[in-house]
Amino acid sequence: MSLDDLYKETILDHYQEPRNRGQLVDPDVATRGHNPLCGDEVQLQVQLADDAIRDIAFGGRGCSISQASASMMTESVKGEPLAEVDRLMAAFKEMMVGSGSTDGLDGHEDLEALQGVKRFPVRVKCALLPWTALAEALEIWRRAARASLDHKES
Amino acid sequence: MSENLTPQPPSLKGREGSTFPLPFREGGQGDRSIPLDVEAIRRDFPILERQVHGKPLVYLDNAATSQKPHQVIQALVDYYQGYNANIHRGVHALAEEATEAYEGVRRKTARFIGADGPQEVLFTRNTTEAINLIAYTWARDTVAEGDEIVITTMEHHSNIVPWQWVAQQRGARLKYAEFGPDGTLDLDQVARLITPRTKLVSMVHMSNVLGTINPVAEVARLAHAQGALMLVDGAQSVPHLPVDVGAIECDFLAFSAHKMMGPTGVGVLWGRRALLEGMRPFLGGGEMIEQVGRDSSTYNVLPWKYEAGTPNIADVVAFGAALDYLATLGMERVRAHEIELVDYALEQVGSIPGVQIYGPPQAERRGGVVSFGLDDIHPHDIGQVVDYQGVAIRAGHHCCQVLMKALGISGTARASFYVYNTPREVDVLVRALIGAKEMFSGKANGSVAR
Repeated sequence: MSLDDLYKETILDHYQEPRNRGQLVDPDVATRGHNPLCGDEVQLQVQLADDAIRDIAFGGRGCSISQASASMMTESVKGEPLAEVDRLMAAFKEMMVGSGSTDGLDGHEDLEALQGVKRFPVRVKCALLPWTALAEALEIWRRAARASLDHKES
Repeated sequence: MSENLTPQPPSLKGREGSTFPLPFREGGQGDRSIPLDVEAIRRDFPILERQVHGKPLVYLDNAATSQKPHQVIQALVDYYQGYNANIHRGVHALAEEATEAYEGVRRKTARFIGADGPQEVLFTRNTTEAINLIAYTWARDTVAEGDEIVITTMEHHSNIVPWQWVAQQRGARLKYAEFGPDGTLDLDQVARLITPRTKLVSMVHMSNVLGTINPVAEVARLAHAQGALMLVDGAQSVPHLPVDVGAIECDFLAFSAHKMMGPTGVGVLWGRRALLEGMRPFLGGGEMIEQVGRDSSTYNVLPWKYEAGTPNIADVVAFGAALDYLATLGMERVRAHEIELVDYALEQVGSIPGVQIYGPPQAERRGGVVSFGLDDIHPHDIGQVVDYQGVAIRAGHHCCQVLMKALGISGTARASFYVYNTPREVDVLVRALIGAKEMFSGKANGSVAR
């Protein structure tokens, strides 16, 4: 196992040249993933329309794995329907904490670059942090959507 | 009991090839002007021969735990192979030998810190348990509503959380002395914090993050002037500098064996005899009793009143070998060696562009600890990259979240030294840090306009 397994070129590229880093003008949901043990922080802003992620941006500070993972995630889910986002989320978790298989990540080679992190157990949480924040954002949005639907029906 | 009557377990007989003829030599703290023979010392630490990721190990995580010389490892083996028995109540030879070895280390520990006698030395699991012992016994019986406990913002969690509990349960106030930009305390501010309502001042002697050596003797005087007691967290100081409880005039001192070449699982609480005699016991059970009736019991005398159950006999015995080793080196020489190393590390690490070093700028004012940040690179990334050069450093909050908050950061990278470290190892660290800097340079963590 070498250091390159962890810090693949793709990861360092996303860390050094982050995609979708910044703020949205008019986000629908904002969440924050935080690991108090290492201080990693990922702030997420999501704009949703027609059951898809229209735009997404992240901020925060942390280690290369958490920040690169956030950059990769935003690139993968931007413009995707929520059903596809759910599927990607499950596939990413399968790679990081499940069987390690990358089968569900076809077409998302950058995400696959994080596969090596699985062999560094203390860093797995860093890679998952932005996904946890995204799951929370979608949960908030869906709850709000259900509530507004209930409101209309009544 | 005379020291001469102590049976000599094989561990104390010395070993061929050993740098330091044992047994324990009485004596001063060593002539500071004679430097340590570091190459000879290194040969006593078998682990220093190993490689990590194909590189020679450069162990710079001594503030977390130190490595062990073969004399300590051998003492464990000798105990288990030669005289393993439960102590104190046995009438057979092994029990007597084990008891004598265990109690002999208590006497050595007392001498090492300048205690009035072995009755004042209690063995615990670690520094944390030693501090908690005071919190659970003395503090809960003494601290009343409206009283104050004074600590500092550079404390380890083990010297914060127990006092938060005492304060919450007794309705007392926990007050913090703050450190300044150079990582040192302002004695005037400490003096103002300590009032007639203060029952305890509990303070780290040497910060495990900043390296700062605090003026604990002066603070003890301030505490006593207001009728408060003084507890010193010596986890980082006792392994690295001469510490004499008589000179500090504190009331309690806590430290751990594993940070001073001893095994894990042994801590020491030193306390003034009169205080320890007046306190109620901590854990109830075997050994700590005198007579047990159906409804109540009377308690053993010091120090056994505080050592319920079978103690960590083997590790205490091996801790004796660690004390011998340090006493033979001389704590003044240990200190001088670390000042030299820290001075070099401050200069070399500090010369890397983008490095920020925390704590006092002068090596004399700090122990063998150098905490730093490097650009915006997360400490875990720094730690992971230098690990692949064989360099073991620590990264994170170092169990000091209050301190990190005061510095406005989430963590630091930390190199910490001991007697076997060399300036050449500092060079290896510096090269590894430059490698990390090159690897992670970029726009991450910055505010990038979108």
